[in-house]
Amino acid sequence: MDHFSERRTIHLRVNGQEVQCTVEVRKLLADFLREDLGLTATRLGCEHGVCGACTLVLNGDSVRSCLLFAVQADEAEILTVEGLAPEGRLSQLQQAFWDNHALQCGFCTSGFLMTAYDLLQKNPHPTEEEVRYGLSGNLCRCTGYANIVKAVLAAASTGIEPLETNRK
Amino acid sequence: MKPLKFEYARAESVEQALSFLAEGDEATRILAGGQSLVPLLNLRVAQVTRLIDINGLSELSFIARENGALRVGALTRHRDLELSQSVRAAQPLLSRAAAEIGHLAIRNRGTIGGSLAHADPAAEWPLLSVTLDARLTLRSKSNSRAVAARNFFAGPLTTAIQPDEMLCEVRFPAPAGRTLWGFQEFCRRPGDFAIAAVACQISLDERGLCAAAALGVGGAHSTPLFISDVEKVLRGSRGEDTALKEAAEKAATAIDPSSDLHASADYRRRLVKVLALRALKQAWAEPGSRT
Repeated sequence: MDHFSERRTIHLRVNGQEVQCTVEVRKLLADFLREDLGLTATRLGCEHGVCGACTLVLNGDSVRSCLLFAVQADEAEILTVEGLAPEGRLSQLQQAFWDNHALQCGFCTSGFLMTAYDLLQKNPHPTEEEVRYGLSGNLCRCTGYANIVKAVLAAASTGIEPLETNRK
Repeated sequence: MKPLKFEYARAESVEQALSFLAEGDEATRILAGGQSLVPLLNLRVAQVTRLIDINGLSELSFIARENGALRVGALTRHRDLELSQSVRAAQPLLSRAAAEIGHLAIRNRGTIGGSLAHADPAAEWPLLSVTLDARLTLRSKSNSRAVAARNFFAGPLTTAIQPDEMLCEVRFPAPAGRTLWGFQEFCRRPGDFAIAAVACQISLDERGLCAAAALGVGGAHSTPLFISDVEKVLRGSRGEDTALKEAAEKAATAIDPSSDLHASADYRRRLVKVLALRALKQAWAEPGSRT
């Protein structure tokens, strides 16, 4: 029996929802979420791990979804931007971005939100220096970063709510 | 860009991974953290026809102290090394270097084994392994051998690993007695590869004099470079300025840096002299670096 294959069936949970799909093994996790599941808020920028636009949370940790194959997410728990917001509202983190004008074109925003989410889970009360350092793996061409830093600090000061685990 | 077609298998044991390698060829590659390999696949720069996913091999992910030495499994993530209390207690230089690698998302997935096998001359683990005289365990289906890190790196992205071998473990030897350490990395933005980096470890005898010294340079040569002349210069000293400056000079003359879009060779050489001096001063100055 040959253990190698070009296609595989995977089972995973995405934003609380069970998913099963058969995919080409070379399909990137980002492309799987965008094309197979229609979750297009995860962006692709550089496709080699430096811009941060593709950042999402896998099994509780922020990762580059352009550097993971969908088959590697078998049996995993994925959180994307679409999973941050409670039904019909912005999450506190997203609201902080809105209130502090931390986005313009919005292309980098998904990646920043997921990076900020992991940052605040691991360090709920970061200093400005820690926020700047923690966000340094995400690139933005529009804003000049200052308002993004302000937004993350604002979210940290109010505290971000834990996610609802039962999501439709 | 998207990767070319390849076949994929998930190894269920180290033995199975080694069997897959034995059956394969140069285009059969190990997938660990993927933070170095997948960019090459996405850019279609690496030739891979079979990918062996070893992320399920938990027996390759460990941090163990053994009589003061540190044994680290190849699949151990940078993030785990960064946070490990064992590592911080045994060799704080390793904790400091781990924290410097890329960004959090990279450290959450990237592994020490992957970084060593990928062998970017500007990466942190190659520099640390060479500076601290680590031993790397390479296994194949029929053999196991230990290679000194100082003999492991042959050139940029080139190592002693044979096509049928997998790096399984790294062993950092026990520091001798009281040790000091320094680490200086220069780059334009946090998370970038080093334009140049210097790591050093100094062992003191009972009188507080230097008994042994190891200094390595990264990013300024075709491989990370251990500067063997530094120990002769520093042995017996108490970290006097003249001795440190002479040691830094040895580092700057030993390297053969290249010019690229980040820096000229001349710039790198000057930078190494400054960083080496700073790293040595850091070692002798920081109370926290004394064990």
